[in-house]
Amino acid sequence: MLAPLLEMRGIGKSFPGVRALSDVSLTLAAGEVLVLVGENGAGKSTLMRILAGALHADSGQISIDGAPVEIDSPLRAQHLGIGMIYQEFTLVPQLTAVANVTLGAEPTRGGLIDSRAAVQRAMRVFDELGLRVPLDVPVAKLSVGQQQLVEIAKVLARSARIIVMDEPTAALADREIEGLFAIVAILRRAGVGIIYISHRMEELSRIADRIAVMRDGSIVETRPAKDFSGEDIIRAMVGRKLDSHFPKLPPAANDAAVRLQVEGLSRTPAFQDVAFRVRAGEIVGLAGLIGAGRTEILRAIAGADVPDRGEVRIDDRRLRPGDIAGAIAAGVAFITEDRKAQGLVLGMSVRENVSLAHLADFVDRDLLIDVTRERSAATRMIADLQIRTPSTEQLVRNLSGGTQQKVVLAKWLLGNAGVFLFDEPTRGIDIGAKTEIYKLMLELLARGAAIVVASSDLPEVLGMAHRVLVVREGRIAAEFVRDDATPEKVIAVATGAAA
Amino acid sequence: MTQRDRLWYWLRIVAALAFLVAMIAIVDVASHGSFLEPSNIVRVLRQITYNCVLGIGQTFVIITSGIDLSVGSLVALTGVVAALFANSVHLTGFPLIAATLIVAVAVGCAAGWVNALPVVKLNLPPFITTLAMLEMALGASFILSHGRPVALQSSDFENTGIGSFMGGVTNALHLPSIPVPVIWMLVVIVAASVLLNRTRFGRYVFAIGGNEEAARLAGINVARVKTTVYMISGGCAAIVGFLYMALFSSGSPQTGTGDELLESIAAVVVGGTSLMGGRGSVIGTFFGALLIGVLYNAMNLLNVDSYLQKVLLGAVILLAVVLDELRKRYLAK
Repeated sequence: MLAPLLEMRGIGKSFPGVRALSDVSLTLAAGEVLVLVGENGAGKSTLMRILAGALHADSGQISIDGAPVEIDSPLRAQHLGIGMIYQEFTLVPQLTAVANVTLGAEPTRGGLIDSRAAVQRAMRVFDELGLRVPLDVPVAKLSVGQQQLVEIAKVLARSARIIVMDEPTAALADREIEGLFAIVAILRRAGVGIIYISHRMEELSRIADRIAVMRDGSIVETRPAKDFSGEDIIRAMVGRKLDSHFPKLPPAANDAAVRLQVEGLSRTPAFQDVAFRVRAGEIVGLAGLIGAGRTEILRAIAGADVPDRGEVRIDDRRLRPGDIAGAIAAGVAFITEDRKAQGLVLGMSVRENVSLAHLADFVDRDLLIDVTRERSAATRMIADLQIRTPSTEQLVRNLSGGTQQKVVLAKWLLGNAGVFLFDEPTRGIDIGAKTEIYKLMLELLARGAAIVVASSDLPEVLGMAHRVLVVREGRIAAEFVRDDATPEKVIAVATGAAA
Repeated sequence: MTQRDRLWYWLRIVAALAFLVAMIAIVDVASHGSFLEPSNIVRVLRQITYNCVLGIGQTFVIITSGIDLSVGSLVALTGVVAALFANSVHLTGFPLIAATLIVAVAVGCAAGWVNALPVVKLNLPPFITTLAMLEMALGASFILSHGRPVALQSSDFENTGIGSFMGGVTNALHLPSIPVPVIWMLVVIVAASVLLNRTRFGRYVFAIGGNEEAARLAGINVARVKTTVYMISGGCAAIVGFLYMALFSSGSPQTGTGDELLESIAAVVVGGTSLMGGRGSVIGTFFGALLIGVLYNAMNLLNVDSYLQKVLLGAVILLAVVLDELRKRYLAK
């Protein structure tokens, strides 16, 4: 029997505190399209980054044409004929399609770039694919779909035989998707092996030869596409009981005051016509795929972005759109998803970060900051939240992820906020800190807070919310009450397998 | 602070002091004792006044990770405008001095506001907007003065420019007289330190330089804070323009347009303020200016060739920032 084009066997990879991949094996034949599906965090990206040479596996073996290979760098992967097409394009926007396609491998004559040979080389690739893309304008001027074609051409120009596409249709319009599928068909006929990562159920049956489902760092099931129904795929993706490290959620009172009310909120193209309410003592979860618009919705509520239409009411008072200070004054606390980029000033101390959003409360009549009072407030927060820091003066840069997240929380708790917007509240923090943050949410509820939790971690949303809103392509596609929200139903809606 | 931070902190101070003492000892011996004479020390302080005040304004801007290239030209412009104003009003004595200072500072702050506008509204790089202001202010000062120094008609500014502070007291104590501009520098240092270290505004300056997005999401009016730092920088340039005018008894379109800009930035950087923003201090800038001033002074006393002086100054600046970078890398480990 002929050796498969690509074989990955027994691949394992651990990060500090997390086992990202355990004993993953897959094969890919020439001219085959293997679709890889799985929830956020199932390990797809890690696996592909290992194939691309961007990460090193702890264990396992990769073979190409039956010969074991060592992929120790992205360059090596390229030489082995492995091409990656990421969601985020890797084109240089100011350069033309020709310059991008030949980037790093420009044909030269006498030390200068031979532009005629470069055009010919690019044209050859485009002709093979039957593509028509303007070659002489900066790629920034091309449509997203055209840019993606340039990206594919760039990979093919390097003689790629194995191409990984990471959610290639995420940014494309319907017509462009058809074009992409046509290209995939051409590549397949030319004997290129394709690993195609997708979340969109409706695409799978159209292009897949085989479908592999990943969950919790393993491939749990691989079947020919025609034998794999949408329901079976979702079952394989979920296939686990909910984690039990969630504290018991007290029931929400239906007659409690509405603290957050969102009406007809739109910000094209991120999200449209979003409307929901959250009562005192209630947690509402926002589920959905990455890029569905959850973060953008929270940002608009918090005033970080200006919505095109719609309104946000806090305790029945309308917020001015785009007014962050106004939202904070009204009691909104926005705990951002990327605490290092958005939540903290890493070069400042715990004390300075904690007081940052409410510094006015620490200013005396002489207009100077009362550091003694500021320090005692920080000390109180450190005790309340059990923040593990040697002192109030420790730079937050030197704290662990979970501890940093608590500093962010302390910053917002200081102001007695009433509406908490959590975006990925426990991403990248260890299980102990997670549990503490969940407990803290319950304490907030007991104090009458209203909470919104947006998370890619489905068990988290299901475990910590009274109601779950599923966001799909910028709209709230479904709402489930707690007892009704099963992982299967939520994923079906989030991926578009069910309305 | 961790143990290691603390250790480094003291190590730095000890190293800096040791370096300083060694340098002073060498220079003092080599110059036959003239270096440590009180009158020489006062002379150094007086010489660094202008760069130090410019540098302090610049410190605020640089902590927000901006830059103000226009300060040298603004010294010229505000000096010319102040002189023209003083010649055209019928005031004498303190009211004249106060009104002239206010006019100069108003012009400097207005220029700073213009510097900041494209930065905060269109997110343009301050390097470009303040470079444009450098040219415009310089041109405007030549237009207003017809290219010649504007001589002051009143002699009321004499004390501000070249007078001594409480000369009677210092004379009686056989101390060198303290020039009035040095007092101005001390006042600016104290005021700027309090503003930067003790007020909300100062805290926001650091927060914006450290993480602008986090600052914005904390409800801080980033545009207003940034605008203010450029106005402070313009205002400091105006104080320098005013002091130079008082010193020379005229407002000249050419004062401030030489080494002032780059040496004031050098003072900030040598003083430990990070060009990446988020870190820095007023007192550091004072010591940066002092180091550069002492270096020049020592090289003069030792009869170092003036061209070579420039080379050595550049080398010292480079050495200072390289050492700072190495320290940061060590701490990051």
